Amino acid sequence: MHSFHSRFDRRRFLLGAGGLGLSAALPRVLFAHTGGSARLVVVILRGALDGLAAVPPYADPHYADLHRELAIAAPGSPKGALALNGTFGLHPSFAFLHERYLAGELVVFHAVASPYRDRSHFDGQNVLENGLTRPLGTADGWLNRALAALPAGAGAGKAGEHAVAISQNVPLILRGDAPVISKSPQATPDVDEELLSRLADLYSHDDWFSARLSEAVQTEKLTDEGGDPAPAMAAAPGGAVKPAAADRVGGAARMAATLMRSEGGPEVAVIEASGWDTHANQGGAQGALAQRLAGLDGALRALAEDLGPLWPQTAVLVVTEFGRTAAMNGTRGTDHGTGGCAFLAGGAVRGGRVIADWPGLNPGALLDDRDLRPTLDLRSVFKAVLDEHMHVDARTLSTRVFPDSSGARPLQGLMRA
Amino acid sequence: MQTEIAVLRFGLGARPGDLAAAAGDPRAWLMAQIRGAVELAGNTPLTPSDQIFAEVQAARDYAQEMKREGAQAPAATGAAAPFNPVRNAYLPHYRAQVLARAQSAALTARPFAERLVHFWTNHFAVSADKGAVSGIAGTLENEAIRPHVGGRFIDLLTAVEQHPAMIAFLDNQNSVGKDSDLAQLAARRQARRAFAEQGTDASGKPVRQFGINENLAREILELHTLGVDGGYSQTDVTAFAEIISGWSIGGGKGRLAGGTPGRFYFRDNLHEPGAKTFLGKTYREDGLAQGEAVLSDLARHPATAHFIATKLVRHFVSDDPPPAAVARVANAFLKSGGDLPKVYAALIESPEAWDAGARKFKTPEDFVFSTLRSLSISPRQPEEVLHSFDLLGQRQYTPGSPAGWPDTSKAWDGSDALMHRVLWASRVADRYEQGLEPVDVATSSLGAYARPETVTALRRATSSTQALALLLMSPEFQRR
Repeated sequence: MHSFHSRFDRRRFLLGAGGLGLSAALPRVLFAHTGGSARLVVVILRGALDGLAAVPPYADPHYADLHRELAIAAPGSPKGALALNGTFGLHPSFAFLHERYLAGELVVFHAVASPYRDRSHFDGQNVLENGLTRPLGTADGWLNRALAALPAGAGAGKAGEHAVAISQNVPLILRGDAPVISKSPQATPDVDEELLSRLADLYSHDDWFSARLSEAVQTEKLTDEGGDPAPAMAAAPGGAVKPAAADRVGGAARMAATLMRSEGGPEVAVIEASGWDTHANQGGAQGALAQRLAGLDGALRALAEDLGPLWPQTAVLVVTEFGRTAAMNGTRGTDHGTGGCAFLAGGAVRGGRVIADWPGLNPGALLDDRDLRPTLDLRSVFKAVLDEHMHVDARTLSTRVFPDSSGARPLQGLMRA
Repeated sequence: MQTEIAVLRFGLGARPGDLAAAAGDPRAWLMAQIRGAVELAGNTPLTPSDQIFAEVQAARDYAQEMKREGAQAPAATGAAAPFNPVRNAYLPHYRAQVLARAQSAALTARPFAERLVHFWTNHFAVSADKGAVSGIAGTLENEAIRPHVGGRFIDLLTAVEQHPAMIAFLDNQNSVGKDSDLAQLAARRQARRAFAEQGTDASGKPVRQFGINENLAREILELHTLGVDGGYSQTDVTAFAEIISGWSIGGGKGRLAGGTPGRFYFRDNLHEPGAKTFLGKTYREDGLAQGEAVLSDLARHPATAHFIATKLVRHFVSDDPPPAAVARVANAFLKSGGDLPKVYAALIESPEAWDAGARKFKTPEDFVFSTLRSLSISPRQPEEVLHSFDLLGQRQYTPGSPAGWPDTSKAWDGSDALMHRVLWASRVADRYEQGLEPVDVATSSLGAYARPETVTALRRATSSTQALALLLMSPEFQRR
């Protein structure tokens, strides 16, 4: 513990290079040029994931005192963290992510945040998705603006769609001028074709409705051609109040993979998962949050399995609006905070690394005496992925996609060459 | 179009005869609805929240006891869900509340007032997704909102923040001041036993560290009153959380015994004592009344007036609220000290609200309720309603977030969502076409909004089922 402490007195350093060596064994070359262009899946965790539980900084001397019974023990202890690099671990629910880390396919970011510094979920999510430094000011999302700048042609859907939102409606991150489709995991049994064609006539004088109807019809065809449709989400038997959240995100992940693998399918998908707002009875290695994390981990595994041959050209970005308080609150949970964690997984990712300029959890280091202080701007991650993976040009990124982001320079070398 | 706007935009859609009833003086038709409590229409019996709370608590105790004894759960028969006493306790209440809500929307003779009830339920959102709230989510609407929707904002606000569903949804029941009697007592005990250093008590369980939970305080400020730009800081959030520490629910055991189980209860021994400064003003220690004094100031705050006015205008006029209308409604709020009928009257008097061009895309709720009214259906089984909302993506009483369901079309206008509406419309048409003449339904439900090309399409449809589905999916029916 003492040697650890002295290391942390030097504030600026990047932790990394964990399991890079292992990945050389993968048969990447076989897939590298078979499936066309790069694929990107963005997973938005709504409600503010506790980064100090998901990626426990178990070696920080203040961690266990602050997080108390919510803290995850060091690797090797009973129900301890899954080891990353001697400082950080993964929550024990993250079996799949840990495999990817060891395979050199996962980068873990810590002490990361969007430019938003207040603690409202809704404003925080707006900033996460609109790509600005403030919650209002644009009606479109950064991913849509990036899509609009993608080189035309390669891989675009029949109506030019590059992206799909795995939900009935399109979340802010994907709203904008570039055409996108939406498709929920809940299957729509066949709708009478004649009714659809008569509706198309009825909508012919209403652009707004007719655009949506033709998108919907296209998407239906896409899933039909995509082979095995995602298992229909059971419509809450007997009107149950909640189908398991874990199943919901798993179904969404499988739907994303199905669509992306279909002929002319989208290259980009956005999945949302909620239920991270753990103000009370959060639990530690087991409990409420642990179950959610296991559901997320299982969904990511399903995504990778179902993407199959596309996985080597895929990057999956997992982000949340902000982190939570460093200290446990009075109801065995955590309140809204600032710095947290993010993940970048996939066969296209140069992983096996933790990227964290760790500010420490000592009282002087906390933001406003309560939160993990962010040292990395999420936009630096977003820009790097869009640049290195999706090949959106740097100028567009710093002007149209992320205005006012000159302070957030893209990270380098996140993706494999 | 004034009549159609009153009935379709301000109301919940037209039952046969509604348009005629409002036609003489649409504004007067609205004004006549806005004063006083809004009772549920329909006849589904509902159980009060404290009784539901007690039933669910008993089921929890029973489940725990079974677990402790390692007792085998009674074998589930056939494909039925596994035996789950807690779920069995809350589910019938949730279903009854959802059914009652749909019946009331379908039948009420005060549809504008009913829409206002829905508006406030969404403003003060709680979600049945959360275990502690599952059985009582709908009781917030029926017990705290319906009585006060036509009264004063401060009474509405107080009733909501002191309702067990809100307390439980935002985790305030166990929020404990650091210097409260309970925390002090625990600290003395810990020191005596000297277990504090190990962080566990004799049985190996972690020592309970008491503290506040700021969830309810933050959301009252951000979502219920001032709005996120209302000028408060993190320090204000923390102070307010201390001020309302002790706002809890009765019942409990041992040192937490007290109050009537399932009813709001102020726990003096959890309350952080002392005067506190909030938004620059010092509130003297006064127990429960300290928090009520803050609520009362919040209810009169200009930021609250502006925030509520913006949301009302967004709901009734346009996704992009015209500033003039917002200012007019906010001014009425401030001048009247939050007398809600005066606020609603200012809304009705806003010319922007009567612009036939400014129409809102219906949410799934709007779509289902206006369909029920247009076809004179009142659902008899909860399943009819539950399955509809599952399909359309707006399961009742589960907005998921304390901000409530979004109130702009962008959040509901995905292509996949449209396909689900088509599917639902065709199912409804299949089931209810008998005895309905689609062109007549178009007239009675849309009045002057029905476009000639839609009426032509209905006439040319191959069946009345198809015609009915086309009507429900027509652009004019999909907007309000």
